[in-house]
Amino acid sequence: MARMKFLCDADRCIECNACVTACKNEHEVPWGINRRRVVTINDGKPGERSVSMACMHCTDAPCAAVCPVNCIYTTADGVVLHSKDLCIGCGYCFYACPFGAPQYPKVGNFGSRGKMDKCTYCAGGPEADGSREEYEKYGANRLAEGKLPLCAEMCSTKSLLAGDGEIIAQIYKERVMKRGYGSGAWGWKTAYRETIES
Amino acid sequence: MLIKRTQQRSQIASRGSIAAGMAGQTNGLDRRTFLRRSGLAGGALAALGTLPLGSVRTAKAAAAGPLTSGATVRKSICTHCSVGCTVTAEVLNGVWIGQEPSWESPINRGSHCAKGASVRELVHSERRLRYPMKLVGGQWTRVSWDTAINEIGDKLLEIRQKSGPDSVYWLGSAKMTNEGSYLFRKLGAFWGTNNTDHQARICHSTTVTGVANTWGYGAMTNSFNDIRNAKTQIIMGGNPAEAHPVSLQHLLEGKELQKANFVVIDPRLTRTAAHATEYVRMRPGADIPVLYGMMWHILQNGWEDKEFIKQRVYGFDDLRKEVEKWNPEEVERVSGVPGEQLKRVAKMLATEKPATLIWAMGQTQKTVGTANVRASCIALLLTGNVGAPGTGANIFRGHDNVQGATDVGLDIVTLPFYYGLAEGAWKHWARVWEVDYEFLQSRFDSKQIMETPGIPLTRWFEAVTLPREQVAQKDNVRAVFVQGHASNSITRIPESLKGLKALELLVIADPHPTTWASLAVEAGRRDGLYILPVATQFECKGSRVASNRSLQWGEQIVKPVFESKDDLEVTYLMAKKFGFADKMFKNIKVENDVPEAEDILREMNRGSWSTGYCGQSPERLKAHMKNQAKFDFLSMRAPKDDPEVGGDYYGLPWPCWGKPEVRHPGTPLLYNTNLHVMDGGGTFRPRFGLEREEKLPDGTTRKVSLLADGSYSKGSAIQDGYPEFTLASLKKLGWDTDLTAEEMATINRVNPANPDAVSWSLDLSGGIQRVALMHGCVPYGNGKARMNAFGLPDPIPVHREPIYTPRVDLVSKYPTLPDAKQFRMPNIGFSVQKAAVERGIAKQFPLVLSSGRLVEYEGGGEETRTNPWLAELQQDMFIEINPGDAADRGIKDGGWVWVTGAESNSRARMKALVTERVGKGVAWMPFHFGGWYAGQDLRGNYPKGTDPIVLGESANTITTYGYDPATGMQEPKVTLCQIAAA
Repeated sequence: MARMKFLCDADRCIECNACVTACKNEHEVPWGINRRRVVTINDGKPGERSVSMACMHCTDAPCAAVCPVNCIYTTADGVVLHSKDLCIGCGYCFYACPFGAPQYPKVGNFGSRGKMDKCTYCAGGPEADGSREEYEKYGANRLAEGKLPLCAEMCSTKSLLAGDGEIIAQIYKERVMKRGYGSGAWGWKTAYRETIES
Repeated sequence: MLIKRTQQRSQIASRGSIAAGMAGQTNGLDRRTFLRRSGLAGGALAALGTLPLGSVRTAKAAAAGPLTSGATVRKSICTHCSVGCTVTAEVLNGVWIGQEPSWESPINRGSHCAKGASVRELVHSERRLRYPMKLVGGQWTRVSWDTAINEIGDKLLEIRQKSGPDSVYWLGSAKMTNEGSYLFRKLGAFWGTNNTDHQARICHSTTVTGVANTWGYGAMTNSFNDIRNAKTQIIMGGNPAEAHPVSLQHLLEGKELQKANFVVIDPRLTRTAAHATEYVRMRPGADIPVLYGMMWHILQNGWEDKEFIKQRVYGFDDLRKEVEKWNPEEVERVSGVPGEQLKRVAKMLATEKPATLIWAMGQTQKTVGTANVRASCIALLLTGNVGAPGTGANIFRGHDNVQGATDVGLDIVTLPFYYGLAEGAWKHWARVWEVDYEFLQSRFDSKQIMETPGIPLTRWFEAVTLPREQVAQKDNVRAVFVQGHASNSITRIPESLKGLKALELLVIADPHPTTWASLAVEAGRRDGLYILPVATQFECKGSRVASNRSLQWGEQIVKPVFESKDDLEVTYLMAKKFGFADKMFKNIKVENDVPEAEDILREMNRGSWSTGYCGQSPERLKAHMKNQAKFDFLSMRAPKDDPEVGGDYYGLPWPCWGKPEVRHPGTPLLYNTNLHVMDGGGTFRPRFGLEREEKLPDGTTRKVSLLADGSYSKGSAIQDGYPEFTLASLKKLGWDTDLTAEEMATINRVNPANPDAVSWSLDLSGGIQRVALMHGCVPYGNGKARMNAFGLPDPIPVHREPIYTPRVDLVSKYPTLPDAKQFRMPNIGFSVQKAAVERGIAKQFPLVLSSGRLVEYEGGGEETRTNPWLAELQQDMFIEINPGDAADRGIKDGGWVWVTGAESNSRARMKALVTERVGKGVAWMPFHFGGWYAGQDLRGNYPKGTDPIVLGESANTITTYGYDPATGMQEPKVTLCQIAAA
């Protein structure tokens, strides 16, 4: 089985936000919930770089470790998913996540949180693949259709890569070797405890 | 504890219920698909043959979800910029339910930007205009289409009766398909006016004029894909990372693969500049000094391409004289760019070839726009960087079909396809349309006004409000019919409010009410305002032209929603109301009031010889969309042996000569002498005479040829320069015998009195073109490009300070051109500049104000600000200000500020973005916002439920006077302002 990962090549990212709206489009994500976003450092200064950010589907995901109801699980593809039926919206996972991935809809006054929502790697949730229930809770299940996450598929500059970790690491290595520079696979050390040698 | 997905999936699969549904579905990812989806295939990085493939995902036992199964896939083109990305739509039960990556498109290879990835929302937006409305006593009231068309038509006919046909201004759109734009222009011609314009006026009119006057055609010479071949990319006056994001796929991969220089010259450190190998910060408005500064080093060091200049360029000595004035000291004094840095960039341009110069509105939207783009072309000519892969003037156009709308002549200076407005042009189109020339002439106030360029859209409100004697037509403009154009994209909004109030009738045909409606209500209109719901381009079919001149056929994805009608139908209904529909649609099939797009394209094919739109039949274009995957990613060419598209370049980029049967493959690179003309080769176009008399210092004159000298396209039977082809020249060469009897008969019909004078562009048989091509010759001839473009206001570009400049010390040496009458209107730029200097405006308003794009929004922005997926990303109008300037004024990042402008006591309230992105003394605003005016929120002015989610002040509330003398282009890129904390 493949181990699915994300890799954002910051030397290619132009902060065009295609990944963000592709995600909104594919899953009809409501206003205020951002499964993916683009973060820019040194904005407006020399050395400005952007990276596209979402759940990285970590190895031994820290969110899963702290979840009091055990609603977060890892699939055989290495995708970290959760069950909205079990989620109690406690917010622990948000504190545990090094990437700020978990999102919560505001469901009432006094700041009460709804069920956690985050990037599913376009792989839905525990319900039957491609079912209406799954779509309503988690959005589309592209992986089950043999497709990769739409954010990466639609990336304007092929900066955001999705797919088997070994393959996308290889693609990135080839790129860095060819062009002679690379700022590293952002977030990999934290998420996957590995870096890409180049 | 939860079960693992694989277990669960196999359980489900074993139940067989979904397994039945997956028959015929993709069996997981094969390696090719996988690599493509990972963003690699096609690139030279694909040295992946050695990869262990064991780890690639094996076939997954999974089905397409029941939610998308059974969906039809339809392809159209993204409506947000000129890159021309294919949009792949999934449609189920008439509803657009999903978007998939368009892997097969050789242009975007699956990619989109924020706008392209969210276009589905535009169609089913709940905030679209649903039915026609009119303003009655200040109240928005629903009316039927019949009522609207009748009332509008009656009023327009009344105005026509009273004030003449030129009193109605027809403002069309670069968003329409080719067929829509062409029909709109044709409607103008049948109505009897040249007051028909569209967005090209305010985006690249100066490019079209400046570039065409240099070497023949005013368009991007190469393609986005071809930029991958460049060793040096210079982007000057453009921010494609935000304005044309998918183009960056080509630019950045090209930069990586070629280890290319990636130079950005701009007053702002843009998101594109963030990826530059060299960033040059310049003062806004000093483009010509920067370009001449580079040329000074080139000439000083002998880096110019002497052979290229000798063979293919006219006016080099005149240029040299001007360049000599721009030594490094003067360049730095005027532009702020140090000589050493410019020398470095100049050396790259001249010696690290092929080099390309890329620009957009940073060069064009200025009073010196035409001169700016001319200087850019001259830099390319000087270094021999035109007409070969990796070189060229890569001009990134704005809207998805702004190149096409320009080509089809939705314009004030020409009939379709750049034929101009002279009698010969009208007679040509009268022949194509099969109507009497006399009928067309009878529609106009006079023959003289019929042959006079109309009023630029930048001046529409002055055409309404100026004293009648200052507007050189029968009467002022009394009515504006605007179909798909933003009002907040036009400078001087405070002045435009007066026009909005004074009009007798305003009609807005658009998917959204737009700022025309909200500002008209703000201006005090209570009646005489109609809004008609027009479909988005995803609800119509037809061809669009990307910036690289490729034509792409978009399918209708869904039927027009609500009561919307498409552009073609609206134009037909107006023509029917005016009583000339039978004549206008003589050769176009109309069904249920909807004209057939294919027939309109065929009519264009029959008349567009001058630009080579004659070979792109609807059948060929549809075959290209169907066979997208066959075109090579770099050369954009299909294999020669393909039965349907063999040997064609993708989208048959114009010129695509001859009739469709000639099977010309299109021209991917203009003026490329290294290819046979039947393989897309070409030469510079001699359209400014064959020779020119030059005065010599001793008082005598000499005649200099304007034809190429020893340069010709590959395989040409004439191995030197040659003029355009006519029947007479074919006879001279003895090639007239190659014409068929049928072709000869048509030529005789075109000009029975003097068939010898019939040229390649007037011959409706296409025979003259066919014979020229047979002999390897380019139908338009083989001339020299002009460094000296005699006939333009500044034949050799001259630096002129912006009307409102902070450098008043430079105005006396570099003043703007004298006041003059242009395009039926006075242009008093000189007086305005003089008054500004005398009144010390630069002291009161010390900051330079420039404007530009954000990636999330497009144009005037009403459509994109209505899309929640985009609106969420940019919720506030803002102004960028340098930390030094902000500190001087006590302005905090994110705080509210008042921006005041140099004219009309203009003011606008917005947020401050304190950033080093702009230099000291420079402020910058995005131009997509609207719906606020002078601190007032105008949300209540929109018909209920049609207001965009995000509203904000328009940049053009602050922008000021200034019009390019050659095109009427406005000046939103350089003016003055003051900023204070609110």
